[in-house]
Amino acid sequence: MKGSLVVVGFFVLGCLLGWSGSLPAFILENDITMYVLYLLMFQVGLSIGSDKKLKDILGSIRPKLLLVPLATIIGTLTASAFVGLFISKWSVFDCLAVGSGFAYYSLSSILITQLKEASLGMQMATELGTIALIANIIREILALLGAPLFAKYFGRLAPICAGGATTMDTTLPIITRYSGKDLVFVSIFHGIIVDFTVPFFVSFFCSL
Amino acid sequence: MFTVIGIMFGGIAVGYLLRKFALLQKMGKTISYTILLLLFLLGISVGANEAIMDNLATLGGQALLIAVAGTAGSVLAAWGVYTLFFKERSRR
Repeated sequence: MKGSLVVVGFFVLGCLLGWSGSLPAFILENDITMYVLYLLMFQVGLSIGSDKKLKDILGSIRPKLLLVPLATIIGTLTASAFVGLFISKWSVFDCLAVGSGFAYYSLSSILITQLKEASLGMQMATELGTIALIANIIREILALLGAPLFAKYFGRLAPICAGGATTMDTTLPIITRYSGKDLVFVSIFHGIIVDFTVPFFVSFFCSL
Repeated sequence: MFTVIGIMFGGIAVGYLLRKFALLQKMGKTISYTILLLLFLLGISVGANEAIMDNLATLGGQALLIAVAGTAGSVLAAWGVYTLFFKERSRR
């Protein structure tokens, strides 16, 4: 939770600086963001490739466990597409791109802002990126606050699926508390798989 | 789309080849710093954008709608998978 506060703090600080209008014009041109994004994606790749647990994780996958991230993905995407039918401003695919952030707000918002610029224009792309940031932060908060409720009424897997890509770090403590300690591994496994799908789904839906 | 994913796969390959270097195990920290920098930059472009600042309530409302729907959808799917495939095992 403290981590997400720092993240939101940096975003708000940027907002205030941009809003104050005291920044030189070259910072406002979006090219810097794109190169920093490339740098980020390269680092994400490095950390996956050099992970010593990668083999253990891949080796311990049992087909049945894949049902848990599958439920998260299908449930989220179906509901996002459904909502997309009712928001006239955005297409169903735009809403799917936002939904497929799976609470991974930092990466999904940045990817959407960059990838949608070509088709929607910078204005709309930044708006959709902002929606992605807020929506996925809200989802993490819902997962944290709703965990006891979800576990009680929808079974022990519900807090895990609600947490999306965050279930191996930020929401893991609350999940172990309400879903039970025996599901720690399922929760971590679920988080890694969903986390890994975020760049693929977001860029896929952005390209439609 | 392909540039971003291609760069990530490039990183996976380099990371795998250089996995013996202890430095690479500390990538988590530099990733967090890069994310902070990116969100700071995103904040700047949002803050400098008058149309977004004027419509923050509308954008927030749409965001809330998508967030609640996505969470509800996955909770329902979790309930389905749990009742169909996992419940018996936990009773044992």
